Amino acid sequence: MGEPLVAEETLVPIRSETDIVTARQNGRQLALRLGFSSAHATLVATAISELARNILMYARSGTVLLQGVENANRCGMVIVAEDEGPGIADISQAIQDGFSTSGRLGLGLPGVRRLMDDFHIESQSGAGTRVRVRKWIERSVR
Amino acid sequence: MEVPILKQGPYLIASIQDALTDADLIQLRDALVEKVGRLRARGVIVDVTALDVMDSFATGTLRDIADMIRLRGAKTVIVGIQPEVAFAMAHMGLSLEGVITSLDLEEGLSHLEHQVKTASR
Amino acid sequence: MDALQTLDALPASADSTSALLRELVAHLAQNRTQLREEWVRRITEAKLLTAMSRDEIFAEATSVYDSYVEALETRTLEALERYAQNLSERIIPRGVDTNEVVGIVLLLRDVLARSLFAKYHTDSALLARVLDAYEPAANSIAITVAVGFVRERERVIREQQEAIRELSTPVLQVRERLLILPIIGLIDPLRARQLTEQLLRAIRANRAKVVVIDITGVAAMDANVANHLVLTVESARLLGAIVIVTGLSPEIAQTLVNIGVDLGKMNTVGDLQGGIEEAERLLGYKVVPAGEGQIV
Repeated sequence: MGEPLVAEETLVPIRSETDIVTARQNGRQLALRLGFSSAHATLVATAISELARNILMYARSGTVLLQGVENANRCGMVIVAEDEGPGIADISQAIQDGFSTSGRLGLGLPGVRRLMDDFHIESQSGAGTRVRVRKWIERSVR
Repeated sequence: MEVPILKQGPYLIASIQDALTDADLIQLRDALVEKVGRLRARGVIVDVTALDVMDSFATGTLRDIADMIRLRGAKTVIVGIQPEVAFAMAHMGLSLEGVITSLDLEEGLSHLEHQVKTASR
Repeated sequence: MDALQTLDALPASADSTSALLRELVAHLAQNRTQLREEWVRRITEAKLLTAMSRDEIFAEATSVYDSYVEALETRTLEALERYAQNLSERIIPRGVDTNEVVGIVLLLRDVLARSLFAKYHTDSALLARVLDAYEPAANSIAITVAVGFVRERERVIREQQEAIRELSTPVLQVRERLLILPIIGLIDPLRARQLTEQLLRAIRANRAKVVVIDITGVAAMDANVANHLVLTVESARLLGAIVIVTGLSPEIAQTLVNIGVDLGKMNTVGDLQGGIEEAERLLGYKVVPAGEGQIV
């Protein structure tokens, strides 16, 4: 099974706090259009909010790509948050519960991981960070 | 966007009208912490009915508000968390432990009434 | 399905095929009464559509026959598709099975083929051409009716599954501000999600202060579902309601401890009766200390 097909996508540049709001609102609308339940669209919007804030907080600017994807038997949403900031020195530490270098709650990335079905992070010190997450639309098992 | 803060009897009511940026939230926190002392309020209600997303920053700021208000000698009740937002918060592990939550403004007020009454008994 | 929309995709020499089909249609229209009766007789003999009376079978057979001939005549399947769906809607609630529907359509095909055979058997070359024209068309028609029926049946089954799900998770209001959610049976992730959404909505709608979730009827749950239960309890608290969980089986208690649930967040009482008593005690306070969410 190959990569799912991209049916629809939007790129939201993240440069200021209002962009966080724009990204999550666009994300919620896309999720609802794709057929996510409104409870799950809220989960997706929350994850986008966290990812966008991480960009602003650690890298000052970057992009959030929102994609509606589908393969043969299901449909879902992919979010790619990318920046060219300082990167994360210790990834495994960053996705651990309770870790934060910004002094906030530190639930950002672990929280996103719990909200989504798939979570993938790449980062290099000094070369930026790329987080790719995916959530499928839940369907009844027949 | 500034959040309006109303004084009703011994209570302050902040009702959020629209999606807030981080700066708006910080501004709300500072305004509440300042006003609760100046207006000698016994309790604060933050109505978040209009929020369709509460991420770690929003939740953390609400917790800070509750903690700071407590240090200023008053109580805080968060009211109007939407069912779906509550579900997302619980998923994230943002359960606002130790912060009082109520269904809506009416519930929040009656909660504060009760607290004030028991305290003065 | 799209490939079956039209009967035009028939073998070469389309002109002669359509001439033959026209002749066929004329033959079927002429012998309508007799062929229809023959068909009904065969249906009864084969003990198909036993849920229906003879008059009903005759009425349906007439409609199917006419739609069948019409499909051959107009060479489109749309009208037949609509009819098949309509028929399925009527007969599915009466317990008619897929094999019966496929059976009667194949019987009709057979009855008509026999009548063609009887008419053309003296000219075997012509008979072969007539059957060549008839069979692909008859097959498309049979498939259309069968597929229409199966689709309708699947739709009905899905609806029933939904309804059963809803029914199996009632949120009961036993008194003002107190909801009870008795959960019975297996909980899969989808049902768990529906339960949560239903409960949270009910808390708002009924302005509930205390919720008793009784899981006496749930023998076991996996770590996923157990986690979901904890999320539900926390979500409810964020709405300002206290949740009391009752009737935990030894297996579920083990699962909860194994996944490391913060037990300080969970109010549990042995059985439903005790849970309701506890809930009433909590409601007896003028205001419940929702922020603590703990029973002291």
